[in-house]
Amino acid sequence: MAMKPVTFTLNAEAKAAFTEDGQNLLDFLRRGVGDLSPKYGCGQGTCGACTVLVDGEPHLSCLVLAEAIQGRRVETTAGLGQARPNPLQEAFMERFAAQCGYCTPGMLMSAKALLDRNPRPSREEVIEAIAGNLCRCTGYEPIIAAILDVAEGRIRA
Amino acid sequence: MAVMVETHPTLGDVQRALGSDGTYLGGGTLVMREVNAGALQGRILRTTDPALRQIRSSFDTAEIGAGVTMAMILAERDLAHLHPVARAVGGPQVRVMATVGGNLFAAHPYGDFAVALLALGARVVSVGGAQRPIDDFLRERDRAGLVATVQVPRPREPRAFAFLKVSRVKPKGVSVLSIAAHLPRDAGRLRGVRIAFGAMGTTPIRAPAAERVLEGATPDLGVLARAAAAAVEGLDPPTDALASAWYRREVAGVHLRRLLERML
Repeated sequence: MAMKPVTFTLNAEAKAAFTEDGQNLLDFLRRGVGDLSPKYGCGQGTCGACTVLVDGEPHLSCLVLAEAIQGRRVETTAGLGQARPNPLQEAFMERFAAQCGYCTPGMLMSAKALLDRNPRPSREEVIEAIAGNLCRCTGYEPIIAAILDVAEGRIRA
Repeated sequence: MAVMVETHPTLGDVQRALGSDGTYLGGGTLVMREVNAGALQGRILRTTDPALRQIRSSFDTAEIGAGVTMAMILAERDLAHLHPVARAVGGPQVRVMATVGGNLFAAHPYGDFAVALLALGARVVSVGGAQRPIDDFLRERDRAGLVATVQVPRPREPRAFAFLKVSRVKPKGVSVLSIAAHLPRDAGRLRGVRIAFGAMGTTPIRAPAAERVLEGATPDLGVLARAAAAAVEGLDPPTDALASAWYRREVAGVHLRRLLERML
Protein backbone atom coordinates (compact mmCIF):
# COMPACT_ATOMS: atom_id res chain seq x y z
CA MET A 1 0.00 0.00 0.00
CA ALA A 2 1.52 3.27 -1.15
CA MET A 3 2.10 6.05 1.36
CA LYS A 4 2.47 9.64 0.23
CA PRO A 5 3.64 12.64 2.24
CA VAL A 6 1.18 15.50 2.62
CA THR A 7 2.23 18.87 4.00
CA PHE A 8 -0.51 21.33 4.83
CA THR A 9 -1.65 23.76 7.51
CA LEU A 10 -4.03 22.48 10.18
CA ASN A 11 -5.62 25.17 12.35
CA ALA A 12 -2.77 27.59 11.55
CA GLU A 13 -0.10 25.03 12.40
CA ALA A 14 2.19 23.45 9.79
CA LYS A 15 1.67 19.69 9.54
CA ALA A 16 3.23 16.83 7.65
CA ALA A 17 1.89 13.29 7.63
CA PHE A 18 1.63 10.29 5.33
CA THR A 19 -1.57 9.33 3.57
CA GLU A 20 -2.55 5.98 2.12
CA ASP A 21 -3.66 5.95 -1.49
CA GLY A 22 -7.38 6.60 -1.68
CA GLN A 23 -7.62 7.74 1.93
CA ASN A 24 -10.16 10.49 2.45
CA LEU A 25 -9.40 13.66 4.37
CA LEU A 26 -11.63 12.70 7.31
CA ASP A 27 -9.83 9.41 7.90
CA PHE A 28 -6.49 11.13 7.36
CA LEU A 29 -7.25 13.81 9.94
CA ARG A 30 -8.58 11.37 12.50
CA ARG A 31 -6.23 8.40 12.11
CA GLY A 32 -3.25 10.04 10.44
CA VAL A 33 -3.01 13.30 12.32
CA GLY A 34 -5.00 12.65 15.49
CA ASP A 35 -7.61 15.40 15.08
CA LEU A 36 -10.81 13.71 16.21
CA SER A 37 -13.07 16.75 15.95
CA PRO A 38 -14.56 16.03 12.50
CA LYS A 39 -17.01 13.13 12.80
CA TYR A 40 -17.67 10.19 10.54
CA GLY A 41 -21.40 10.13 9.81
CA CYS A 42 -22.40 8.66 6.47
CA GLY A 43 -19.20 8.41 4.41
CA GLN A 44 -21.12 9.44 1.30
CA GLY A 45 -21.41 13.20 1.50
CA THR A 46 -24.94 13.43 2.87
CA CYS A 47 -24.88 14.29 6.57
CA GLY A 48 -22.28 17.07 6.87
CA ALA A 49 -20.89 15.87 10.23
CA CYS A 50 -17.42 15.75 8.68
CA THR A 51 -17.45 19.36 7.48
CA VAL A 52 -14.06 21.08 7.65
CA LEU A 53 -12.80 24.24 5.99
CA VAL A 54 -10.27 23.96 3.18
CA ASP A 55 -8.89 27.38 2.27
CA GLY A 56 -11.87 28.86 4.10
CA GLU A 57 -14.52 26.95 2.14
CA PRO A 58 -16.69 24.25 3.74
CA HIS A 59 -15.85 20.75 2.50
CA LEU A 60 -17.14 17.29 3.28
CA SER A 61 -13.89 15.74 4.42
CA CYS A 62 -15.17 12.22 3.71
CA LEU A 63 -15.30 13.09 -0.01
CA VAL A 64 -11.97 14.90 -0.24
CA LEU A 65 -8.97 12.85 -1.29
CA ALA A 66 -6.39 13.47 1.44
CA GLU A 67 -3.52 14.11 -0.95
CA ALA A 68 -5.58 16.85 -2.60
CA ILE A 69 -4.97 19.10 0.40
CA GLN A 70 -1.22 19.27 -0.29
CA GLY A 71 -0.19 22.85 0.46
CA ARG A 72 -3.64 23.93 1.55
CA ARG A 73 -5.09 25.38 4.73
CA VAL A 74 -7.43 23.12 6.72
CA GLU A 75 -9.52 24.26 9.68
CA THR A 76 -11.43 21.98 12.03
CA THR A 77 -13.48 22.48 15.15
CA ALA A 78 -10.41 21.62 17.23
CA GLY A 79 -9.01 24.96 16.09
CA LEU A 80 -11.88 26.99 17.53
CA GLY A 81 -11.58 28.60 20.94
CA GLN A 82 -8.32 27.07 22.14
CA ALA A 83 -8.21 28.77 25.53
CA ARG A 84 -11.94 29.27 25.97
CA PRO A 85 -15.01 28.89 23.76
CA ASN A 86 -15.18 31.23 20.79
CA PRO A 87 -18.37 33.23 20.18
CA LEU A 88 -19.99 30.54 18.04
CA GLN A 89 -19.36 27.86 20.62
CA GLU A 90 -20.59 30.16 23.37
CA ALA A 91 -23.76 30.85 21.40
CA PHE A 92 -24.37 27.14 20.79
CA MET A 93 -24.12 26.52 24.54
CA GLU A 94 -26.37 29.46 25.43
CA ARG A 95 -29.03 28.40 22.94
CA PHE A 96 -28.78 24.68 23.75
CA ALA A 97 -27.96 24.20 20.06
CA ALA A 98 -26.64 20.69 20.64
CA GLN A 99 -28.12 17.62 22.22
CA CYS A 100 -26.22 14.48 21.20
CA GLY A 101 -23.64 16.83 19.71
CA TYR A 102 -22.72 14.60 16.80
CA CYS A 103 -23.56 17.19 14.13
CA THR A 104 -22.08 20.06 16.11
CA PRO A 105 -18.53 20.09 14.70
CA GLY A 106 -19.95 20.14 11.18
CA MET A 107 -22.49 22.81 12.06
CA LEU A 108 -19.83 25.00 13.67
CA MET A 109 -17.58 24.80 10.63
CA SER A 110 -20.42 25.57 8.20
CA ALA A 111 -21.37 28.52 10.41
CA LYS A 112 -17.77 29.70 10.61
CA ALA A 113 -17.42 29.56 6.83
CA LEU A 114 -20.53 31.73 6.51
CA LEU A 115 -19.57 34.28 9.18
CA ASP A 116 -16.00 34.61 7.92
CA ARG A 117 -17.39 35.60 4.54
CA ASN A 118 -20.56 37.43 5.61
CA PRO A 119 -20.47 38.64 9.24
CA ARG A 120 -24.13 39.75 9.28
CA PRO A 121 -26.11 37.10 7.39
CA SER A 122 -29.88 37.06 7.20
CA ARG A 123 -31.84 34.16 8.62
CA GLU A 124 -32.27 32.82 5.08
CA GLU A 125 -28.52 32.95 4.49
CA VAL A 126 -27.92 31.06 7.74
CA ILE A 127 -30.39 28.36 6.72
CA GLU A 128 -28.73 28.06 3.32
CA ALA A 129 -25.27 27.83 4.92
CA ILE A 130 -26.23 24.81 7.05
CA ALA A 131 -28.33 23.16 4.34
CA GLY A 132 -25.64 20.52 3.92
CA ASN A 133 -25.69 19.53 7.61
CA LEU A 134 -28.19 17.13 9.14
CA CYS A 135 -29.23 17.38 12.79
CA ARG A 136 -31.29 14.70 14.49
CA CYS A 137 -31.93 16.37 17.84
CA THR A 138 -32.50 20.11 17.83
CA GLY A 139 -34.87 20.68 14.94
CA TYR A 140 -32.35 23.28 13.68
CA GLU A 141 -34.03 26.34 15.23
CA PRO A 142 -31.63 26.61 18.20
CA ILE A 143 -28.70 26.29 15.80
CA ILE A 144 -30.07 29.02 13.56
CA ALA A 145 -30.70 31.21 16.60
CA ALA A 146 -27.16 30.63 17.90
CA ILE A 147 -25.60 31.64 14.60
CA LEU A 148 -27.80 34.72 14.43
CA ASP A 149 -26.80 35.62 17.99
CA VAL A 150 -23.21 35.88 16.83
CA ALA A 151 -24.17 37.66 13.60
CA GLU A 152 -26.30 40.23 15.42
CA GLY A 153 -23.77 40.85 18.15
CA ARG A 154 -25.63 39.34 21.10
CA ILE A 155 -22.67 37.06 21.69
CA ARG A 156 -19.25 38.58 21.14
CA ALA A 157 -15.63 37.77 21.90
CA MET B 1 -7.88 -0.04 0.32
CA ALA B 2 -6.71 -1.54 -2.96
CA VAL B 3 -6.58 1.83 -4.65
CA MET B 4 -3.64 3.52 -6.35
CA VAL B 5 -3.80 7.26 -6.96
CA GLU B 6 -1.88 8.95 -9.75
CA THR B 7 -1.64 12.72 -10.07
CA HIS B 8 -0.81 14.13 -13.51
CA PRO B 9 -0.01 17.72 -14.51
CA THR B 10 -2.49 17.94 -17.40
CA LEU B 11 -5.77 16.37 -18.44
CA GLY B 12 -4.10 15.19 -21.64
CA ASP B 13 -1.63 13.21 -19.55
CA VAL B 14 -4.51 11.63 -17.64
CA GLN B 15 -6.29 10.69 -20.87
CA ARG B 16 -3.17 8.98 -22.16
CA ALA B 17 -2.61 7.16 -18.87
CA LEU B 18 -6.22 6.14 -18.25
CA GLY B 19 -6.29 2.77 -19.98
CA SER B 20 -9.17 0.39 -19.39
CA ASP B 21 -8.68 0.07 -15.63
CA GLY B 22 -8.43 3.71 -14.57
CA THR B 23 -11.08 5.95 -13.03
CA TYR B 24 -10.85 9.70 -13.40
CA LEU B 25 -11.33 11.71 -10.20
CA GLY B 26 -12.77 15.17 -10.85
CA GLY B 27 -14.27 16.88 -7.82
CA GLY B 28 -14.76 13.58 -6.04
CA THR B 29 -18.38 13.78 -4.92
CA LEU B 30 -19.31 10.54 -6.69
CA VAL B 31 -15.98 8.72 -7.01
CA MET B 32 -14.89 9.18 -3.38
CA ARG B 33 -18.17 7.75 -2.20
CA GLU B 34 -17.35 4.57 -4.12
CA VAL B 35 -13.83 4.53 -2.69
CA ASN B 36 -15.17 4.93 0.85
CA ALA B 37 -17.58 2.05 0.30
CA GLY B 38 -14.77 -0.17 -1.00
CA ALA B 39 -16.66 -0.48 -4.28
CA LEU B 40 -13.91 1.05 -6.38
CA GLN B 41 -10.54 -0.62 -6.74
CA GLY B 42 -7.60 -0.12 -9.04
CA ARG B 43 -6.17 3.09 -10.40
CA ILE B 44 -7.59 6.54 -9.73
CA LEU B 45 -6.21 9.36 -11.84
CA ARG B 46 -6.48 13.04 -11.13
CA THR B 47 -4.93 16.23 -12.41
CA THR B 48 -3.99 19.64 -11.06
CA ASP B 49 -4.39 21.21 -14.52
CA PRO B 50 -5.42 24.86 -13.95
CA ALA B 51 -6.97 25.09 -17.44
CA LEU B 52 -9.85 22.95 -16.17
CA ARG B 53 -10.94 25.65 -13.76
CA GLN B 54 -11.12 28.52 -16.22
CA ILE B 55 -14.27 30.31 -17.35
CA ARG B 56 -14.07 32.46 -20.47
CA SER B 57 -17.07 34.56 -21.42
CA SER B 58 -17.84 36.18 -24.72
CA PHE B 59 -20.94 37.95 -25.99
CA ASP B 60 -22.88 34.85 -26.93
CA THR B 61 -21.01 31.92 -25.35
CA ALA B 62 -19.31 30.95 -22.12
CA GLU B 63 -16.51 28.40 -22.27
CA ILE B 64 -16.43 26.58 -18.94
CA GLY B 65 -13.64 24.24 -17.87
CA ALA B 66 -14.76 20.75 -16.88
CA GLY B 67 -13.19 21.19 -13.44
CA VAL B 68 -15.19 24.34 -12.68
CA THR B 69 -17.29 23.73 -9.57
CA MET B 70 -20.84 24.81 -8.84
CA ALA B 71 -19.45 27.29 -6.30
CA MET B 72 -17.31 28.85 -9.03
CA ILE B 73 -20.36 29.15 -11.29
CA LEU B 74 -22.19 30.93 -8.46
CA ALA B 75 -19.28 33.33 -8.05
CA GLU B 76 -19.34 34.27 -11.75
CA ARG B 77 -21.61 37.23 -12.44
CA ASP B 78 -21.61 36.62 -16.20
CA LEU B 79 -23.27 33.24 -15.63
CA ALA B 80 -26.25 34.53 -13.64
CA HIS B 81 -28.63 32.44 -15.75
CA LEU B 82 -26.89 29.30 -14.49
CA HIS B 83 -26.94 30.31 -10.81
CA PRO B 84 -30.31 28.69 -10.01
CA VAL B 85 -29.00 25.47 -11.52
CA ALA B 86 -25.70 25.50 -9.62
CA ARG B 87 -27.47 26.34 -6.37
CA ALA B 88 -29.64 23.23 -6.74
CA VAL B 89 -26.69 20.84 -6.87
CA GLY B 90 -26.25 19.83 -3.25
CA GLY B 91 -25.51 21.97 -0.20
CA PRO B 92 -22.60 24.39 0.21
CA GLN B 93 -20.07 21.62 0.88
CA VAL B 94 -21.03 19.70 -2.25
CA ARG B 95 -21.06 22.80 -4.44
CA VAL B 96 -17.38 23.50 -3.73
CA MET B 97 -16.53 20.08 -5.16
CA ALA B 98 -19.20 19.16 -7.73
CA THR B 99 -17.85 19.92 -11.19
CA VAL B 100 -19.35 20.70 -14.57
CA GLY B 101 -17.53 17.70 -16.03
CA GLY B 102 -18.75 15.40 -13.28
CA ASN B 103 -22.34 16.44 -13.93
CA LEU B 104 -21.96 15.43 -17.57
CA PHE B 105 -21.05 11.88 -16.58
CA ALA B 106 -23.21 11.51 -13.48
CA ALA B 107 -25.59 8.56 -13.52
CA HIS B 108 -29.32 8.88 -12.85
CA PRO B 109 -30.60 10.71 -10.82
CA TYR B 110 -27.59 13.04 -10.53
CA GLY B 111 -26.24 15.58 -12.97
CA ASP B 112 -28.82 18.38 -12.85
CA PHE B 113 -26.31 20.81 -14.29
CA ALA B 114 -26.11 18.73 -17.46
CA VAL B 115 -29.87 19.15 -17.86
CA ALA B 116 -29.37 22.90 -18.14
CA LEU B 117 -26.49 22.44 -20.57
CA LEU B 118 -28.67 20.19 -22.72
CA ALA B 119 -31.48 22.74 -22.86
CA LEU B 120 -29.02 25.47 -23.82
CA GLY B 121 -27.55 23.38 -26.61
CA ALA B 122 -24.02 23.30 -25.21
CA ARG B 123 -21.09 21.80 -27.09
CA VAL B 124 -18.74 19.42 -25.28
CA VAL B 125 -15.03 19.70 -26.06
CA SER B 126 -13.01 16.57 -25.42
CA VAL B 127 -9.33 16.32 -24.63
CA GLY B 128 -7.67 16.81 -27.99
CA GLY B 129 -10.18 19.43 -29.06
CA ALA B 130 -13.00 17.44 -30.70
CA GLN B 131 -16.33 19.23 -30.28
CA ARG B 132 -19.68 17.51 -30.07
CA PRO B 133 -23.22 18.70 -29.50
CA ILE B 134 -24.18 17.71 -25.97
CA ASP B 135 -27.05 15.58 -27.31
CA ASP B 136 -24.55 13.36 -29.12
CA PHE B 137 -22.17 13.38 -26.18
CA LEU B 138 -24.83 12.18 -23.73
CA ARG B 139 -25.78 9.34 -26.07
CA GLU B 140 -22.16 8.20 -26.36
CA ARG B 141 -20.76 9.24 -23.01
CA ASP B 142 -19.82 5.73 -21.94
CA ARG B 143 -17.37 5.70 -24.83
CA ALA B 144 -16.45 9.37 -24.77
CA GLY B 145 -13.03 10.41 -23.58
CA LEU B 146 -12.40 12.95 -20.86
CA VAL B 147 -14.04 16.34 -21.24
CA ALA B 148 -11.89 19.46 -21.19
CA THR B 149 -14.45 22.27 -21.54
CA VAL B 150 -18.09 22.96 -22.31
CA GLN B 151 -19.19 25.77 -24.61
CA VAL B 152 -22.50 27.12 -23.40
CA PRO B 153 -24.58 29.47 -25.58
CA ARG B 154 -25.90 32.41 -23.63
CA PRO B 155 -29.67 33.01 -23.67
CA ARG B 156 -30.45 36.19 -25.55
CA GLU B 157 -32.68 37.44 -22.77
CA PRO B 158 -33.02 36.39 -19.12
CA ARG B 159 -36.58 35.11 -19.36
CA ALA B 160 -35.68 32.81 -22.28
CA PHE B 161 -34.08 30.26 -19.93
CA ALA B 162 -35.39 28.70 -16.74
CA PHE B 163 -34.68 25.71 -14.54
CA LEU B 164 -36.75 23.81 -12.01
CA LYS B 165 -35.80 20.97 -9.69
CA VAL B 166 -38.27 18.73 -7.89
CA SER B 167 -36.84 17.03 -4.82
CA ARG B 168 -38.07 15.79 -1.48
CA VAL B 169 -35.41 17.76 0.36
CA LYS B 170 -35.61 21.28 -1.04
CA PRO B 171 -33.70 22.64 -2.81
CA LYS B 172 -30.62 20.44 -2.68
CA GLY B 173 -31.90 16.88 -2.37
CA VAL B 174 -31.65 14.27 -5.09
CA SER B 175 -33.92 14.93 -8.05
CA VAL B 176 -37.29 13.35 -8.43
CA LEU B 177 -36.99 15.23 -11.69
CA SER B 178 -35.46 18.41 -13.03
CA ILE B 179 -36.41 20.52 -16.03
CA ALA B 180 -34.56 23.14 -18.02
CA ALA B 181 -36.25 25.10 -20.79
CA HIS B 182 -34.80 27.45 -23.36
CA LEU B 183 -37.42 29.37 -25.34
CA PRO B 184 -35.79 31.92 -27.64
CA ARG B 185 -38.28 34.33 -29.22
CA ASP B 186 -38.28 35.83 -32.67
CA ALA B 187 -40.95 38.41 -33.50
CA GLY B 188 -43.24 37.03 -30.85
CA ARG B 189 -42.84 33.38 -31.86
CA LEU B 190 -40.75 30.68 -30.20
CA ARG B 191 -37.82 29.56 -32.34
CA GLY B 192 -35.21 26.94 -31.47
CA VAL B 193 -37.11 25.58 -28.47
CA ARG B 194 -35.19 23.14 -26.29
CA ILE B 195 -36.60 21.41 -23.22
CA ALA B 196 -34.54 18.96 -21.20
CA PHE B 197 -35.47 16.65 -18.34
CA GLY B 198 -33.26 15.15 -15.67
CA ALA B 199 -34.09 11.90 -13.87
CA MET B 200 -36.53 10.99 -16.63
CA GLY B 201 -34.11 8.64 -18.38
CA THR B 202 -30.70 7.12 -17.86
CA THR B 203 -29.15 10.45 -18.85
CA PRO B 204 -30.52 13.98 -19.17
CA ILE B 205 -32.96 13.80 -22.06
CA ARG B 206 -34.89 16.16 -24.26
CA ALA B 207 -38.67 16.33 -24.48
CA PRO B 208 -39.16 16.25 -28.26
CA ALA B 209 -42.96 16.12 -28.28
CA ALA B 210 -43.28 19.16 -26.03
CA GLU B 211 -40.67 20.97 -28.13
CA ARG B 212 -42.67 20.32 -31.29
CA VAL B 213 -45.81 21.83 -29.76
CA LEU B 214 -43.95 24.99 -28.78
CA GLU B 215 -41.76 25.45 -31.85
CA GLY B 216 -43.02 28.31 -33.99
CA ALA B 217 -45.93 28.99 -31.65
CA THR B 218 -46.96 32.26 -30.11
CA PRO B 219 -46.76 31.44 -26.42
CA ASP B 220 -50.03 31.52 -24.53
CA LEU B 221 -51.64 29.42 -21.82
CA GLY B 222 -53.26 27.09 -24.36
CA VAL B 223 -49.98 26.31 -26.10
CA LEU B 224 -48.27 25.73 -22.76
CA ALA B 225 -51.01 23.35 -21.67
CA ARG B 226 -50.65 21.34 -24.90
CA ALA B 227 -46.87 21.21 -24.45
CA ALA B 228 -47.34 20.00 -20.88
CA ALA B 229 -49.74 17.30 -22.06
CA ALA B 230 -47.10 16.10 -24.53
CA ALA B 231 -44.24 16.31 -22.03
CA VAL B 232 -43.55 12.63 -21.52
CA GLU B 233 -44.28 11.27 -24.99
CA GLY B 234 -41.44 8.99 -25.99
CA LEU B 235 -39.84 9.07 -22.54
CA ASP B 236 -39.35 6.06 -20.28
CA PRO B 237 -38.62 7.31 -16.76
CA PRO B 238 -36.95 4.98 -14.26
CA THR B 239 -38.35 3.70 -11.00
CA ASP B 240 -36.02 4.04 -8.01
CA ALA B 241 -36.14 4.66 -4.27
CA LEU B 242 -37.14 8.29 -4.85
CA ALA B 243 -40.07 7.92 -7.22
CA SER B 244 -41.80 5.39 -9.42
CA ALA B 245 -41.91 5.65 -13.19
CA TRP B 246 -45.65 6.18 -12.89
CA TYR B 247 -45.19 9.11 -10.52
CA ARG B 248 -42.55 10.76 -12.69
CA ARG B 249 -44.78 10.40 -15.74
CA GLU B 250 -47.75 11.86 -13.90
CA VAL B 251 -46.03 14.94 -12.47
CA ALA B 252 -43.58 15.83 -15.25
CA GLY B 253 -46.19 17.66 -17.30
CA VAL B 254 -47.51 19.53 -14.27
CA HIS B 255 -44.07 20.85 -13.39
CA LEU B 256 -43.27 21.65 -17.01
CA ARG B 257 -46.42 23.74 -17.29
CA ARG B 258 -45.55 25.62 -14.11
CA LEU B 259 -42.06 26.30 -15.37
CA LEU B 260 -43.27 27.52 -18.75
CA GLU B 261 -45.88 29.78 -17.17
CA ARG B 262 -43.12 31.49 -15.21
CA MET B 263 -41.42 32.24 -18.52
CA LEU B 264 -44.36 33.96 -20.22
